[in-house]
Amino acid sequence: MDDVEGAVRKFIAENFVMADELAKLANDASFLETGIIDSTGVLTLLTFIEDTYGITVDDAEMIPENLDSIERISAFVRRKKAA
Amino acid sequence: MKPTLSRDALRIDPEAVANTIAKRLEETVRRVLHRKGAVVGISGGIDSAVTTALCARALGPECVQGLFTPERDSSEETLRLSRAVADSQGVSAILEDITPILEAARCYERRDEFFKKAIPEYGPGWKAKIVLPSVVEGDQYRIFSIVAFSPDGQTIKKRLPLEAYLGVVASTNFKQRTRKMLEYYHADRLHFCVAGTPNRLEYDQGFFVKGGDGLADFKPIAHLYKTQVYELAAYLGIPEEVRKRPPTTDTYSMPQGQDEFYFSLPYAQMDLCLYAKNHGYSPAEVAKVLELEPVQIERVYRDIDGKRRTTRYLHQKALLLDAVPELVLDVPSFA
Repeated sequence: MDDVEGAVRKFIAENFVMADELAKLANDASFLETGIIDSTGVLTLLTFIEDTYGITVDDAEMIPENLDSIERISAFVRRKKAA
Repeated sequence: MKPTLSRDALRIDPEAVANTIAKRLEETVRRVLHRKGAVVGISGGIDSAVTTALCARALGPECVQGLFTPERDSSEETLRLSRAVADSQGVSAILEDITPILEAARCYERRDEFFKKAIPEYGPGWKAKIVLPSVVEGDQYRIFSIVAFSPDGQTIKKRLPLEAYLGVVASTNFKQRTRKMLEYYHADRLHFCVAGTPNRLEYDQGFFVKGGDGLADFKPIAHLYKTQVYELAAYLGIPEEVRKRPPTTDTYSMPQGQDEFYFSLPYAQMDLCLYAKNHGYSPAEVAKVLELEPVQIERVYRDIDGKRRTTRYLHQKALLLDAVPELVLDVPSFA
């Protein structure tokens, strides 16, 4: 739970990008703008978040504000866990 | 300076367009592909109807082999409308009910197993389809849900988990791939080639199955917006009933419009958005014509870009890992 950024970064490395691309990926870089995650990728990411952190992401929460960068995902997971 | 955007932007001269396509189609089939005719899978929809008519016009109806491939989940209208298309163009057609092939491949069984992962109650007598949320109503990611209708009238809607989503799509793709297998069987038997039927919206946005309806030797209407396909259909004498039928995927057991399955908006609005984006019109200009908000058109523009990005894989040919320069393929002079 302490290193959500690290866990998300590791998951993205394993599923979406080559190692050299990951090194350049900033924590606040938009997945949509960089094109590294497509619609199936979003679903993959949702499954990872729900399974890893034991949270349920509601339909209304599936928006870029919550899921479009490593930083946003980390903040969203922390908010959900704290709720 | 660009003209002011209006719904008339998509208007064509159907006679001129039909003549140009027919000329190019004949050259493509006879001089480039070296085949005497074409097989067309006729679905009862507008795109395959216009493709059939253009092939008949270019090659002669005797050099067009229509193919009807309904299956268990096809709409009751599918076969009747398909026959009406073939009859209207003087094209002979063969009926191949693909249900037994799909059963043997366990298409329905596999699909239902994945439906059950989302809705455990799902079983015999249930009907279902998968749907996407509207893109114009919010910034929400477009994640597929299953809508299932029980025999006792209960409707359940649930988000599809990743494994179930991929499994449902993989299972139903048997349908398009089985149809294509049969189209090529008849093409090989007749020494014909196979016509693909996508319109521009479908082709550009990757609305096809790789190795299924995406596979063909030529695609005569892939450059035409769907609105233009309808205009051509009227000129080519496609039966009114076919021209009035709402676009459908005709893939799931519940009726499913193409706009709830894939596109952001009904086709006429989607067409204009795609045209406007391709010609550099701003979301505000499109919004004015479609009576929507600019922010909604911005979402549609983003969705168009997203689909182009995510469906590149579908357009890719098999990639080689080193060059084979000796192999030179013919391409039509106008391509």
